[in-house]
Amino acid sequence: MAMPPEPRLTMSGIRKRFGATVALDGVDLQVAPGEVHALIGENGAGKSTLMKVLSGAVRPDAGRMLLDGAIHAPRSPQEARLRGIAMIYQELNLAGHLTVEENVCLGVEPTCAGILRRRAMRARVRSTLDRLGHAEIRPDVPVRRLGQGARQLVEIARALVTEARIIVMDEPTSSLGRDDAEALFALTRRLRDDGVSVVYISHFLEEVRQVADRFTVLRDGRTVGTGAVSDTPGTTMIEMMVGRRLDEVFPRLRREPGEPVLQLHGLCGLRMPRDADLSLRRGEILGLFGLVGAGRTELLRAVFGLDPVRAGRIRVAVGGHILEDAGLPPHCRIAQGVGMVSEDRKTEGLALPMSIADNITLSGLRRLTRRGLLSPRRQREVAVEWMRRLDIRSPDPARPVRHLSGGNQQKVAIARLLHQDAQVLLLDEPTRGIDVGAKIQIYRLMGELAAAGRAILFVSSYLPELIGVCDRIAVMSRGRLAGVRPVAGWDRPSIMAAAVGGTMP
Amino acid sequence: MSRRADGLRSPGASSLRRWFDAFGPLLALVLIILGFAAAHQIKAGLDERRFALERAAREGRSLEDVPGRWAFIRAQDNRLLTLRTFRSTANQTVSVGIAAVGMTMVIIGGGIDLSVGSVMALASVMTAWCLLQGWSPVPAALAGVLAGGACGLVNALMITRLKVVPFIATLGMWGIARGLAKGIAGEQKIDAPAGWLGRHVVVSQPQPAWLIVSPGVWTMLLLAVLAWAVLRYTALGRHIFAVGSNESAARLCGIRVERVKLILYAVAGLCTGLAGVMQFCRLNVGDPTTAMGSELDVIASVVIGGGSLAGGEGSVPGTLIGALIMAFLRVGCDHVGVPSWVQEMVIGAVIVLAVALDHLRRRASDA
Repeated sequence: MAMPPEPRLTMSGIRKRFGATVALDGVDLQVAPGEVHALIGENGAGKSTLMKVLSGAVRPDAGRMLLDGAIHAPRSPQEARLRGIAMIYQELNLAGHLTVEENVCLGVEPTCAGILRRRAMRARVRSTLDRLGHAEIRPDVPVRRLGQGARQLVEIARALVTEARIIVMDEPTSSLGRDDAEALFALTRRLRDDGVSVVYISHFLEEVRQVADRFTVLRDGRTVGTGAVSDTPGTTMIEMMVGRRLDEVFPRLRREPGEPVLQLHGLCGLRMPRDADLSLRRGEILGLFGLVGAGRTELLRAVFGLDPVRAGRIRVAVGGHILEDAGLPPHCRIAQGVGMVSEDRKTEGLALPMSIADNITLSGLRRLTRRGLLSPRRQREVAVEWMRRLDIRSPDPARPVRHLSGGNQQKVAIARLLHQDAQVLLLDEPTRGIDVGAKIQIYRLMGELAAAGRAILFVSSYLPELIGVCDRIAVMSRGRLAGVRPVAGWDRPSIMAAAVGGTMP
Repeated sequence: MSRRADGLRSPGASSLRRWFDAFGPLLALVLIILGFAAAHQIKAGLDERRFALERAAREGRSLEDVPGRWAFIRAQDNRLLTLRTFRSTANQTVSVGIAAVGMTMVIIGGGIDLSVGSVMALASVMTAWCLLQGWSPVPAALAGVLAGGACGLVNALMITRLKVVPFIATLGMWGIARGLAKGIAGEQKIDAPAGWLGRHVVVSQPQPAWLIVSPGVWTMLLLAVLAWAVLRYTALGRHIFAVGSNESAARLCGIRVERVKLILYAVAGLCTGLAGVMQFCRLNVGDPTTAMGSELDVIASVVIGGGSLAGGEGSVPGTLIGALIMAFLRVGCDHVGVPSWVQEMVIGAVIVLAVALDHLRRRASDA
């Protein structure tokens, strides 16, 4: 695709350092009017900092920005917003108690001597929602009553209401289900056709391929490549991002699934799952696919005892004992050798302010105590050992987990399961929101664990990784298990059909 | 979008629900008043009948002639459902109510102010002290209000500049203001010539009579209407909700969060100052130990009225009703003759019950 003569945005030689860390080391980025431009790179590559520079939240140390030919040097987010730069953040930034219209106009309310002009506000919001093709969203409904997809639309409406020339979307689909994501892609294309430029930040190359026209790759604060999406193979993009050749994204070790270690018979949760039968074998990775809200998380939570079991039996056969029950609390499951990593790393999975060592050993502290006293030295040794084995990159096990990157945090969560000697691992979206390099490490780790005889139930919304990593895949739809087959027995259309329709094709 | 239907809930069902949301606390207030009135009536009637029976026995008359229980109960004048009782209860609510209006805004903004009791004492002492120095009533009252405003401003600066969390900052002010009040008053009550502040503002017989309730009560209602309008109809009001609901979102939208907080705490301080002046008007004495623990009454009023300590929620009318509920619980218990230790337990239970009910209601409406 040829660059039009006048780019919408030119960023050149942008540099920014925070103390000793260089976040941006001379980044160039050029975005044309009416294009979707993907900005990709691993976590810490500088994507977010670059966008903060663009939106006025951070001021660069050097470099120059041109917006439609005019110098752009915003002193505050508000100024950038008024100049037509709108940000849509990864974690949705809406005030749940306020209504749709109040959220859309937040900070730019039409007022007359401080008094809100409600009618003008409503008209503006209505016309914006119309433009988005979602006139059915009522402006007077509190945002917390909306689903995730509708919330995203409110964010986009917020961007449009200030006549945005550039909309920056930071991982916009991370909180969306499949169909909401599809709707977002369609909308993004429509905005582009209207002449709006979209900077689209994403980890998902599939997504980039679907929506973006061109892409720029950042690595270690530098621009390492740019080009048209349609002419560039995915592996090239990945190699640019990680900066090394990839032999294989999904390494596979030989493994022999053995006898069943976890069996569910007609398991029913409070609302979901409904009547689930499943058998997970030793040395096996069983994938669990489904749309958001299909009940996968609920299934794991019911098995692990976080949510009540209404009916059905759970049978755990670990270490020579076969135990059958109708639901046990988490501490019993842990004692049985079952461990779980929550999808919500930040609020459920880890104690963010506590140290790496504390997090790794939290559920197996008894093993580190002598006569009831905890030995900090032993704890540290154990933590260092796990950090080495799982390649958790941090200088010190006493560092709070919150300082780690997403990928390293996830490894800490998995290390906790391994320390508590879990033989059955329930992993809920373990690769969500972490960068490609870390994902590959997690895949490799899962393969090693399965080869060593542990059983893994792997929930994911990302089909390629399920197909790449699992031995068998189960599909859930509306709380029911719609089918379990070996990976070879599925293809993408049949999996999607099962997830959407709940029937076997 | 998959859950789009959520935004399209049929208006019929939700308008009924909204009606309940808005009038739930009011309904509770009416039920409490009627309940106590009934209890009072029954108790008075039964007492009266017992007297009659005793008298009849003493005078040797036939006990058969004494009418039945219902006749006695019906014959009682109810002293709870009188204008007099309502007036005095409203007067007792004035201080807590005015402070609670400010607290509602602070709590909606995601904060808390523990210093209200102490600041009220400081304001009332300040007013009394100024009167003692020979100031005329208006400047003296103004001094009291401004003392409250100053405390609020200091709270705001501690929170926005020193980045001390509101709980701790206002806990500090709780001690500072109380100490200052005691210092100004020389550790004793100030008996000041209250002048018309004492004669007209918070009194049981308002002058002129067409006012029905005292000017203090009117002040509270006016202030409440003002606060309600600001919260609902101004950009500032929406910004307060936004800050309490999702501070980072508000900041990203270009709202000057620090400024909003500054205004919040300063305005709340002014309200508390006015509440202290009202306290002085009611008691006609500047007492540095007055309003001990009333911060909890104030917070409870807000919470009973639907405020959430997590921020983003709350309503001024709800808060006033919450304050009235607390006052009527006390007055009602007094009338029925419930001992004060039971009263305190009842009030504690009502606070928990109100919040639990609110939580249930919300779960039902969000499901």
